[in-house]
Amino acid sequence: MFRTLFILIKKEFLQIFRNKSILAIIFVMPVIQLVILPLAANYEIKDIKIAVVDHDKSTQSRELIRKITASGYFKIMDYGENYNDAYQEVEKDKIDLILEIPNNFEKDLVRENNDKVLIAINAINGTKAGLSASYLGQILQNYNQQIQLEMNPELETVKKNSGLEIVPKFWFNETYNYRLSLVPGILAFLVTLIGGYLTALNIVEEKEIGTIEQINVSPIKKRDFILGKLIPFWILSMVAFTIGLLVTIFVYKIQMQGSYLLLYAFISVYLIAILGMGLLASVYSDTQQQSMFMVFFFMMIFILMSGLFTPTESMTDWAKYIAYLNPVTYGVDGVRLIMLKDSGLMDLLPHFGFIIGLAIVVISWSVLRYHKTS
Amino acid sequence: MKQLITFVKKEFWHVLRDKRTLLVLFGMPVVQVLLFGFALSTEVKNTKIGVLDQDKSQNSIELISKIKANQYFDVDKNLRSIDEAEDAFKGGKIKMLLVIPAQFAQDINSGKKAQLQLITDGTDINMANQIYNFMSNIIMDFYGQQTMQPKSGVQPEIRMLYNPQLKGAPNFVPGVMALILLIICVLMTAIAIVREKEMGTMEVLLVSPMKPYIIILAKAIPYFILSMIILVSILILSVTVLDLPIKGSLLLLFGISIIFIITNLLLGIVISIVTDSQQTAMLIALVGTMLPTIMLSGFMFPVENMPLPLQMIGNVIPAKWYYEIAKNIIIKGTGLEVIWKHVLVLIGMMLVLFVIAVKKFKIRLE
Repeated sequence: MFRTLFILIKKEFLQIFRNKSILAIIFVMPVIQLVILPLAANYEIKDIKIAVVDHDKSTQSRELIRKITASGYFKIMDYGENYNDAYQEVEKDKIDLILEIPNNFEKDLVRENNDKVLIAINAINGTKAGLSASYLGQILQNYNQQIQLEMNPELETVKKNSGLEIVPKFWFNETYNYRLSLVPGILAFLVTLIGGYLTALNIVEEKEIGTIEQINVSPIKKRDFILGKLIPFWILSMVAFTIGLLVTIFVYKIQMQGSYLLLYAFISVYLIAILGMGLLASVYSDTQQQSMFMVFFFMMIFILMSGLFTPTESMTDWAKYIAYLNPVTYGVDGVRLIMLKDSGLMDLLPHFGFIIGLAIVVISWSVLRYHKTS
Repeated sequence: MKQLITFVKKEFWHVLRDKRTLLVLFGMPVVQVLLFGFALSTEVKNTKIGVLDQDKSQNSIELISKIKANQYFDVDKNLRSIDEAEDAFKGGKIKMLLVIPAQFAQDINSGKKAQLQLITDGTDINMANQIYNFMSNIIMDFYGQQTMQPKSGVQPEIRMLYNPQLKGAPNFVPGVMALILLIICVLMTAIAIVREKEMGTMEVLLVSPMKPYIIILAKAIPYFILSMIILVSILILSVTVLDLPIKGSLLLLFGISIIFIITNLLLGIVISIVTDSQQTAMLIALVGTMLPTIMLSGFMFPVENMPLPLQMIGNVIPAKWYYEIAKNIIIKGTGLEVIWKHVLVLIGMMLVLFVIAVKKFKIRLE
């Protein structure tokens, strides 16, 4: 029994290594993705293009503008007195944000210690708009504190001894490394993509070419056939994962906090579930085109709903259920927990539970379905 | 001409027969528009946080109830020690921990400097930054109420142009349009033509009296029609379900979409000419067009933050220009006077691809 399986696996490997594009998927994709994605997926916004409409042109308004430029987030592209002109520039995408300083800005500030400035933001991209607004809000707060002290120097001593101080701490990421929050997640998503696609395409290819019928009439057991298909891709996906992990550790200098044994145990089980899903997709399709689109469709949903790019907590209730039934959610979270937080087996029990359950369901489903069609 | 029509008809039936692919092609834009429009949000809501209250005073209890009253946070853990907090972080149960030290109330009430510690889960920095900002605002508000200090200084009045509610849809609908049109045109044509090669049927076609460009045209036309149908359905969904009206000229939008679709079809044809197997064609289409479009065209992540080389790669992606144009027409309602440069770039790309496709095609035939 093991001899047949062994021969099948050997044959499979030979076929895989003959196809250069598969090798490219396994070895080049992880590196390209891991190198490019974190560079692209940077939400830390710099160089927000700003137009200042300064009706006051006073010392105070200039001081405020100086503070804004000094922050490093904003680049002043336009300085004038006409709001409509500035708005035209927003319309042409030349400006992201308009700051309008009213006429009696300095006077009001000195007399009443209170004034308003208008901030108009191009909000087509809501995330970016929200972040720009909060950066500018922080600068204004600093500016307020500064002028308060300028106007009442005696406050300084009082301020020093009273007030409320918030001491921020970022656990698990003391150096405030931006890459840390993305790279391990992308790593998990990467093996999902590779494992899922390869398996789905490969079995369908045999269907399309017609070789699967030869196997069906041969004395090879279905179980051996399916294992013979899954095991090579499981091994290759583990190799892809290892390459990705090396990139994570050596290129991004992200230190592994937890146990390698647990990480590999987790990924091994996770990949069985993912390959099972690829198997299921291939059972349900007749052509490579079909299976590719099916896998693509589900991957798209899985990625978007995995919490990698948007937080799971803020999803609508029905969407949360999709997220909880999404294997990629567990994959991304599991890798992050082990790599970054040194979480142990007990912390990952829900992850293991879901993934093992999923693996059993999809594999038995596809085996049952496979029997029927042949 | 008659030949072409018969051939297009045959290809069309071929496409329509594959129900599963059709389902995905039509299902994908619908699902994506709905997901982007309703389910996903980068806004922070219901974030689970822990509180370690070492003070247990009137003030600390008031602060906690003020935080509880807020929609941003769910205080679901009253922790007793810092170790317990660490376990909660490791199990992924909390994203933030507020530590209220023992003499907190005493410090506030005697006018001394009081301290609070906010520990955030740094493994998700984007989230950590946002919740830190929200929480410190709540705490400062609370402090202002306790000590009755009036707000002073410059207050910003914020106006969000084009998208006052900061919804995701204005950004994503044009993005989904660009992505879906890309997938249908590039991926589908690339694979459809290579498939004939792989199966050996292409040679049969080439020795037939049919002119080669008619074969290619017949392959492309069904996908062109399919793309237009899907474009219309995305726009209808956007207007009816997402309540995102099209501000600019519909005619202009369709005109430019046609240019974009043709550009993509040509790209798909070029890929299918240079490859021999479906898997290679798919790999090139995925790595060369789809991933860069998702990552570099600006619809998932802002382009300005990217390093210059990535921005330059982004500039050669047709979808980036189409996405910008679609955003301008749909959301801002701008006309050609603003986007003419983008349109010229797109037309330029179309012409270049056309020349490449014609040249390569001839080489392959010899």
